[in-house]
Amino acid sequence: MNIVVCVKYVPDATADRKFEDDFTVDRVGVDGLLSELDEYAVEQALQFREKREGEEIEITALTVGPEKAVDAVRKALQMGVDKGVHVLDDAIAGSDYVATSLVLAKAIEKIGAESGGADLVVCGMASTDAAGSVIPAMLAERLGLPQVTLASVIESQGDQVRIKRDNEGSTEVIGATLPIVLSVTDQSGEARYPSFKGIMAAKKKPLETFALADLGVDAGEVGLSVAWSQVEDTTERPPRTAGEIVTDEDGSGAGALVEFLASKKFI
Amino acid sequence: MSEVLVVIDHVAGEVKKPTYELLTIARRLGEPAAVFFGSPDQADAVAQKVKAYGAAKVYVVDDAQTKGFLVAPKAEALQQLAEKSSGGDGLAAILLPSTFENKEVAGRLAIKLGSGLITDAVDVQAGESGPVTTQSVFAGNFTVQAKVTHGTPIITVKPNSAAPEEADGAGTVETFDATISDAARTAQIVATQPRQSTGRPELTEAAIVVSGGRGTGGNFEPVEGFADSLGAAVGASRAAVDSGWMPHAFQVGQTGKTVSPQLYVANGISGAIQHRAGMQTSKTIVAVNKDPEAPIFELVDFGVVGDLHTVLPAATEQITVRPR
Ligand SMILES: Cc1cc2nc3c(=O)[nH]c(=O)nc-3n(C[C@H](O)[C@H](O)[C@H](O)COP(=O)(O)OP(=O)(O)OC[C@H]3O[C@@H](n4cnc5c(N)ncnc54)[C@H](O)[C@@H]3O)c2cc1C
Ligand SMILES: Cc1cc2nc3c(=O)[nH]c(=O)nc-3n(C[C@H](O)[C@H](O)[C@H](O)COP(=O)(O)OP(=O)(O)OC[C@H]3O[C@@H](n4cnc5c(N)ncnc54)[C@H](O)[C@@H]3O)c2cc1C
Repeated sequence: MNIVVCVKYVPDATADRKFEDDFTVDRVGVDGLLSELDEYAVEQALQFREKREGEEIEITALTVGPEKAVDAVRKALQMGVDKGVHVLDDAIAGSDYVATSLVLAKAIEKIGAESGGADLVVCGMASTDAAGSVIPAMLAERLGLPQVTLASVIESQGDQVRIKRDNEGSTEVIGATLPIVLSVTDQSGEARYPSFKGIMAAKKKPLETFALADLGVDAGEVGLSVAWSQVEDTTERPPRTAGEIVTDEDGSGAGALVEFLASKKFI
Repeated sequence: MSEVLVVIDHVAGEVKKPTYELLTIARRLGEPAAVFFGSPDQADAVAQKVKAYGAAKVYVVDDAQTKGFLVAPKAEALQQLAEKSSGGDGLAAILLPSTFENKEVAGRLAIKLGSGLITDAVDVQAGESGPVTTQSVFAGNFTVQAKVTHGTPIITVKPNSAAPEEADGAGTVETFDATISDAARTAQIVATQPRQSTGRPELTEAAIVVSGGRGTGGNFEPVEGFADSLGAAVGASRAAVDSGWMPHAFQVGQTGKTVSPQLYVANGISGAIQHRAGMQTSKTIVAVNKDPEAPIFELVDFGVVGDLHTVLPAATEQITVRPR
């Protein structure tokens, strides 16, 4: 069995994230890392394998991103994934959802080519930078696979997969037959830390770099200049003006709070 | 005038407020045509509702065909509807309320139609060459103006992005027979358990949200009591959810709900970046926290340094006895 985990390299959310002059995200000047939400995807891929003792399962971590994005794959290798693939091509910079999903889908097809296609594609619930939560569904569309998204509990037996998820107004159980595209939430269980052994082992694991040409994608189909959605401007939100802070003494806080709410006509 | 498709947000035929916001936005771009995925016997009642906000047409797609499977059938139906509807005076845009499900529908639709997609818009205005959207990104620290440059713009719009304005629409009901392929029926909804209604306003739609965090110590009564005195929805930080004090549906933040109410009151919440991501665009922000150094105080219009277990019940009491 062949599992592909999609991991995105993102600017650290706790750092000062900003945009370049062409309105693309500054992915060089700001420290980056494996999106924390994709750690859950790696974890679930590893658990999927661990629960299926005796089966031969290979897990590949896949990232599409700039040079430093390889760090996201390395972290996944340290956590226990077997192989890494980094799609690196200057032409990809600034790609929109449509182009990103195309490149990812082609890479997944290539990774699975020798074994008749990937059996399971695992994604996070959202990236922590753009937070679109659309790529997993778009991959399912492109690969023609069932989309089983936003899972908080994952169970499988043979080729049957069942997940539990929170929808807007309900909790649902979804069932599908492998191969599928799965996305998992941060409710699915804490991700493991790489062990010392894992970190050492990762150094010897295979890590391949693909360019667009290796995937049969034309450079004219992707990137900023052909993006079907284009950013025209970005504005930093002005810092909120410092508000009034009172200290509660002998019950004064409640009165002050109520006065404030009344002054703003909330009561 | 060209049509703007607006996907109706509803629960069992009960139309939700974001629908009216989207119809209001749609009128800036063209002629709103509402799309109802639901039971045909609810169609007339729904049409009455949406025509009051300017829907010229109401396309009814019998959800016997689309429900029971995740996302893919809806995307197929919308593709067919879009192809039909662009036959006339063209299709100016497709607007969907920004829920997880609709974003996924929109993503698949973008590939099917060969169209650009913009998600989580907080404003949409008519521009010289099609709609111009505003998104709030990086935990609300930046706003981004964008437009779709290829195909029919597909835009998912967050709740509270416009004040609903009434307008007379013809509201002509038209049944649309979509053909759903077997390939789209592969992720089956095996069981659904509706969440119990809290009797409080919906978190994402509420004008006031009162949230509690780890500082509640697991006792949400002060938070809930205060919320009820204001007619507010109740929210929670992830720490409160992870501790099992509140269900995940109440979580505000990056991996929970994004709220943008008139008033947000954070109680016993430190103000981590991931929490801010879900509430930073609120109009007025208030916090009660016993730590004067808590980062949440950087955001607030008004803050009380104090113990929520004493401040909130006392404030609730004062609000309740206050003459209105
Ligand atoms: C602030 C901001 C707003 C944007 N808004 C839009 C927009 O409205 N429309 C538009 O077309 N584009 C937009 N983009 C561009 C878009 O982010 C990129 O195409 C991006 O690579 C994919 O979207 P996402 O990060 O939202 O993915 P999501 O759909 O949130 O990602 C879900 C999962 O898909 C996988 N994944 C996503 N990207 C990669 C990757 N590069 N490598 C490996 N796995 C991946 C991961 O498993 C991830 O957890 C925006 C970008 C930014 C920074
Ligand atoms: C990928 C990722 C996604 C995340 N998504 C989310 C998300 O969607 N939503 C979210 O909220 N978090 C999210 N988090 C977690 C976030 O980083 C914080 O850990 C979380 O928000 C902390 O919750 P808290 O403020 O309730 O708890 P703490 O940070 O522990 O703060 C508790 C606060 O309560 C105060 N306090 C204690 N006792 C009292 C009292 N008696 N009266 C008044 N104040 C008191 C303390 O001074 C402190 O400021 C995410 C994290 C990651 C890594």
